[in-house]
Amino acid sequence: MIGSDLVMYDEEFKLIDAELQRLLAQSNAKVVFLVDKNGQLIAATGETENLDTTSLASLTAGNIAATGGMAKLLGEKEFSILFHEGQRDNIHISIIGQRVILVVIFDQRSSLGLVRLRVKKSAEILGNIFNQLLEKVETGKGPSTGADSPFAEITDEDIDKLFG
Amino acid sequence: MSFINYSSREINCKIVYYGPGLCGKTTNLHYIYKKTNPDSKGKMISLATETERTLFFDFLPLALGEIRGFKTRFHLYTVPGQVFYDASRKLILKGVDGLVFVADSQVERMEANVESVENLRINLAEQGYNLDAIPYVVQYNKRDLPNAVPVAEMKKALNPHGVPDFEAIASEGNGVFDTLKAIAKQVIMELKKGQEGG
Repeated sequence: MIGSDLVMYDEEFKLIDAELQRLLAQSNAKVVFLVDKNGQLIAATGETENLDTTSLASLTAGNIAATGGMAKLLGEKEFSILFHEGQRDNIHISIIGQRVILVVIFDQRSSLGLVRLRVKKSAEILGNIFNQLLEKVETGKGPSTGADSPFAEITDEDIDKLFG
Repeated sequence: MSFINYSSREINCKIVYYGPGLCGKTTNLHYIYKKTNPDSKGKMISLATETERTLFFDFLPLALGEIRGFKTRFHLYTVPGQVFYDASRKLILKGVDGLVFVADSQVERMEANVESVENLRINLAEQGYNLDAIPYVVQYNKRDLPNAVPVAEMKKALNPHGVPDFEAIASEGNGVFDTLKAIAKQVIMELKKGQEGG
């Protein structure tokens, strides 16, 4: 099977969360979130209480996938930035390190220029965190190989219980 | 490709329902949505045409409870079944952890079923997956229709390797949860294997 499963550890999660919060503050945005290319929400910050972030994550990934398909047909590697303008809110979507998607939702309190500038800076930092994470997963230094792994002792009964 | 978050103690997996047009993929998801406790499901998203044919995908996030202290979430997707949406179908398969093939039992749809399984195999291979190696179950849907092909015949044509298979009437819910449970089980067991292997 290609690639490896995405694994997130506490240390990197805190770094990512801190960076998203910094981006949120510096870009004057409403919501900032990070999604993996398969549509799984990794982290979110800002005014997320009334927002269906799970669905947004899935649709964002679908959007990126569809745009990526278009890029391929045109002979482009990818379209790394998408921007949707609304009457009130706008969405800025960018791909980081070809693997994760950074989404910034902002209104008139910010501007596209400011968001682009701040996203560029954060993208580099987030990219480094993900490289660190991937390295950790590949070298098996994370807790997944230890006794903490939730899979080590999974039984059929555990799974049956999920369905009540 | 599953997502294991040790920080928030969550496991997320992606399951895709595949099959020919009008075989009942969306109906499966609708039934699951209808019958699931409101606390454990998110909103169901359908990107469909005005005539309710799936255009891009349906999406249903499902939280099933905890395994060993980890919240277990399944993200269920359907693909658009119509032949000409092949480019979109390929996109949905990215990062899939488990597959459900929904077959239409009507005799006149057998050719479409066979074509769709072939298409699944090809599209998976393009993403680097092998249908024989990935968690996979088959559902024979619309068993209530008078022109349904005998199950033995469907098995022979669509499930030569004998993966777990189920008869279903998705519109009434028969077999829907049996199918979901079987694929969920396989996906989790595969995760376990992956972890043990490395």
